[in-house]
This record gives sequence, C-alpha cells and structure tokens, in this order.
Amino acid sequence: MTNVKENTKAIEKAEKKAAKKSARKDFWERNRLSGGYLLQKKVTEVVLSICRFILLFGMCFLILQPIFNKISVSFMTEKDLFNPIVINIPEHFTTDNYKMASTLMDYPKALRNSIIISLSIAFLQIAMCTLVGYGFARFKFPLKKFWFACAILIILIPPQTIASSLHLHFRFFDFLGIIKLITGDTINLRGSKLPYYMMSAGCMGLKNGLYIYMIRQYFRNIPGDLEEAAYVDGCGMLKTFFRIMLPEAKPILTSCFLFAFVWQWTDGFYAKMFLGGTQLVSTSLSRIVDSLGAYIQRISGIKTTVSIAYSNCILATGTLMIIMPLIILYLFAQRAFVESISSSGIKM
Amino acid sequence: MEKNKDANKPKKLVGLQRRKAKAGYLFISPFIIGFLMFMVKPLFQSFYMSFCEVELGAGNFNQIFNGIENLKYCFTVDPEFNRLLVEEITRMMIYSIAIIVFSFFVSLILNQKFKGRALVRAIFFLPVILSSGVILGLETDNQLMATLAAQVEETTSNISVTAALENVLRTSGVGVRAFEKVFEIIDNIYDVAIASGIQIIIFLSGLQTIPSSMYEAASIEGCTKWESLWKITFPMISSMFLVNWIYTVIDFCMRSDNEVIKKIQVVMIDQMKYGRASAMSWVYFLVILAFIGVTSFLISKEVYYYD
Repeated sequence: MTNVKENTKAIEKAEKKAAKKSARKDFWERNRLSGGYLLQKKVTEVVLSICRFILLFGMCFLILQPIFNKISVSFMTEKDLFNPIVINIPEHFTTDNYKMASTLMDYPKALRNSIIISLSIAFLQIAMCTLVGYGFARFKFPLKKFWFACAILIILIPPQTIASSLHLHFRFFDFLGIIKLITGDTINLRGSKLPYYMMSAGCMGLKNGLYIYMIRQYFRNIPGDLEEAAYVDGCGMLKTFFRIMLPEAKPILTSCFLFAFVWQWTDGFYAKMFLGGTQLVSTSLSRIVDSLGAYIQRISGIKTTVSIAYSNCILATGTLMIIMPLIILYLFAQRAFVESISSSGIKM
Repeated sequence: MEKNKDANKPKKLVGLQRRKAKAGYLFISPFIIGFLMFMVKPLFQSFYMSFCEVELGAGNFNQIFNGIENLKYCFTVDPEFNRLLVEEITRMMIYSIAIIVFSFFVSLILNQKFKGRALVRAIFFLPVILSSGVILGLETDNQLMATLAAQVEETTSNISVTAALENVLRTSGVGVRAFEKVFEIIDNIYDVAIASGIQIIIFLSGLQTIPSSMYEAASIEGCTKWESLWKITFPMISSMFLVNWIYTVIDFCMRSDNEVIKKIQVVMIDQMKYGRASAMSWVYFLVILAFIGVTSFLISKEVYYYD
C-alpha cells in the first residue's frame, strides 16, 4: 500500500516539475503568440505588486512606529534620553521606568480594578444590547420605527451634551420621588459605581447605540425559517432566543464584547464622571505626569520640575503598560475583532 | 429577565401578532427604561439648564431662569468658544474627507490578493484598539515626539519632497489656502491613518459583496480597470460612503482631544458653571447635528442602491 502511495506521490511531483518547466518554456512561446501582451501583463503585475508592497509597508510602519518608539524609550535611562547618539537602542539598559510607572499608577491595584470593571460592564452592556437588538430585529410592534430612531439618536448625541445634567441627576438621585418619600432625602450617588452600572443596564453606556445597531443588523441576516421552525416545534419566544438565536449570533456577540471591553478599558470620559473614586488604569495614566512631579517632590523635599524628556519617558512606559493587555488580547482574538464587522453587513 | 418570562405564558383570545408585539416590547424594555431615565430626562434638563443660572447649594441645587443669557455669554463674552467651535468644525470637515478618501483607497488595496494580507489588515485595525479613549489625548500632547519631529524636520527640510513640492505649488499661487490644508493633512497622515480602522473594514465588507461576475463582464466588454473602478466599484459601495461619513463625523466630534469638549469640561467641572456648560454643549450638539443632516442628505442623493 505504502509503495503505491509513494509511487503516485513521486509521479505527481515529477509531473508538477515538468509542468513548471514547460510553463517556463511556454511563456516565451505564448508571449510570442500573444504579440507581447503576456509579457506586458506580467511586468505590470510585478511592478504593481512592488508598489503595493512599498505603500503598505510604509503605512504599516507609520502605524507601528509609535509603539516601537515607546518600547525603546521605556528601556532607556534618563542619561540616554539626553544623549543625541542614542536613538533607538538604549545604551544603559534599565527596567527602572517600569517600576517607577508601576508605583505611580499603583499598577496592580489599578489593573485589578480595571479588569473587574471592564469585564462586568462589558458583559452587562452586551447582554442588554443583545436583548434590545434582538427585539428590534425580530419583532413587529407599534412605534418600532420611533424607538429605533431613538436608538440611532443615542449614537448621535455626544455624551458631553447631557454630562452636566447627569452629573446633577446622580448627585441628587431619586427614582420617581420614591426614595425621597421613604428616607426624606435624595441619595448622593456621585463617586460610587452604581450609576454607571445602572446606565449600562439601560443601554446608555459608552457607544451602546452602536452595539445595538450592529447586533440588530446581524440578527436580521439570520434566516427567519429557523425561528419559525422553532415556534412550530413548540419552542417559546424566550427559549427560541436562548437556544436557537443566541448560538447563531456568537461571532457578533464576541466581537461586540471585545469592543465593549477595550473601549471601556481606555475610556476616560465615563471613568472620570462616574468612577472617579475607583483607581483605573485609564484615569491613573492620564494623571501619571502630575503624580510623577508630586512623587519626586515628596522624595527630594524640594519643589523641582521634572524634565520633559523624563516625564514623557514615564508616560510612554505607562501607556505601554496599559495597552499591553490589549495587545495580547488582540493577538489572540484578532479574527473576532476584524471579521465580525465585515460579516455584520452594515448598510443604510 | 423576569418580565420576559411572562411573555411566554400563552394568553387566551390573543393573536400571535399581539403576543409577538408584547414580546418585542419586553425585549426592548431595558432600552426604553434606560432611554427615558438616563437620556430623555437629562436631555430636557440640560436643555432647560442652558437657559438657567444653576446654583449649587448644600444638599440641593437651584435653577434660576435667565433667558438666553448663557447663549449670549457663549457667543459674545467667552473669548474662546466661537473660535474653538469654528476651528473644530473645519478640522472635522477636512479630516473626515481625508479619512474617507484614505480608507477608500486602502481598502481597495487590501481587497486585492497578496501574501500577508491578513497581517496588514490586522495592523491597520490595531489603532481602533490602541488609540481610543485617554491614549489618544495623551498621544497628541506627547512633547518628546513633537520635539523629535521638529528636530527631524529641521535637519531634513532641504531634502524633503513634500516641502519642495509645497514651495513649487505655493509660488504658482493657485488656491494657496486649499493647498495648505492638503499639506496639513499630509503632514498629519498619522492622525488620518489611526482614525480610519473601522472605515477600512466597512469599505472592505462592502467591496466583498460586489459580485466578481460584474468585473468579468466589464473586462470582456473592454472596460479598463480604471473605468471599472468608477463605473462599478464606486456606485456599488456608495452606500458605504454614507455610513462611513456619519461614523467618521460622530467619531471625530466625540474624540477626547477635541478642543470644544475640553472647554466644556473645564467650564463644567472646574468652574462649576453647569448652565453655561449645558448651553455650550447644546450649541455644539446642534451644530454637529445640522452638519451631519445636511451632508448626509447631500451624499444620500448620490447613493446608488443596487437590488
């Protein structure tokens, strides 16, 4: 048996080689026959692919360069930063910057907080957006168009517009006057995490309109027969949703979840407004330069200004430290990020 | 979740249609509640507040109606607001056009078949993840990079191609201001590239829906690649232009390095002028809404729907 297999393999190989050779020989023959058209076509193809390579290489470099630059800067000592000869490879290799940034940001604690909050918020938001997206995609009900227009409107309204009144809304929080009736006073929810969780449960978090839109679009593309078959077989609406539709929508849900996680991770606006009391990587990164100044002042006891180069070096290190988890996530889930958007078939 | 369970109970004498409608409402009820509580109410409140002087007292706050005083303040007294608003809108317009054009051509390139396409796509999408939120703001005022760039520019100003081209075009004296904007974009191509990740993917998804038989038919009829780009590709993905345009504009006006938004936050959080901040953000919101409305109306007239 093996002999026969090997034989056929060898024959195949030989055939391929022969075909290649004849193709090469044929090329000029065919070129002559086509009156030079083939050669012309081949040359344009090669030239085009070289141009494409240069263009794409340049643009990819453009995007990646700041990251490479940050990596090289993060290993430099302060001496290297001022040394005009040192550009990319540090002369005095050091990991002190990482230690410094870690203490300034309170990294372990901030990381833990960020992970907990981003995960829970992303989960809550996507769970709610899935329900709503499914409702918009699969049911007919009065005023559907109006509510969907509202969902589009929340994509359009910059959260900054309502920021000030939300600020006050949660400062003097009350639910239909019930709380005031019971305790005699409104609750001050500022500084606690509860408001943001409540907003996420109501699909009003960061970019939630977009998630609703994407999930709805995906559900709409799933054939309706599937659902009808389930109904005919005696499946209830909730059961159909959980058993039939949810598994179908896994790709879009994963990617929306990843987006929600990543955007929550780097978000500064909502974090500043609602989660001010909690130490997160995003907020502590935006304060890192100030805290560096304070830290040095505390150590030396004298009011000194930190050099721009050094503070930027620490900033670069801090940025690297907070995007490192995201890069690792992206490496593993790259397909989920990119493919789902193209598969959701966004159309107007 | 509890509510949804009720929808399953079969009710007598009710058609399937009505049951489905109820179920639909239950499914979207989180959105309705959230919308009413955290969007409509604050929206109206902030609208009202923009005509008020808000005083924060101990345990309560007072709103004193003062007409269009806040708006007057925004436009006539505040030294920065007008300028920032105009600057941001022009910047948004120019950059959005640049982003659309850039992402369209990149997606055309990425749609071709070549080795390492997945890798390039992954790299182009990377900024969506890495340059969001706070990082973007920090990136723009990174002084180390700025000084480095200035240094590079200084040492290479004589041999830079763009600078030479700029000089030639400037001396020719045609449309100097328009050229300046173009040069500004070319100088800031990094900003354009990092803001166009999602747009590229959306265009790519559009490009992939065009049946290849169309191109084949065209090429048999003697259509060149250039012609088929404008006659087939362009109309077929014109609806994507609308989507991308709206997305880009919205994305741009919510970026954290936006000067108007920074200004609003300073007024609100640092100066505690809630009324003025609301007025400013309403002006900003309405301007952007009008901008999106007008431009997308113009684009949608050109959109070609193929069915």
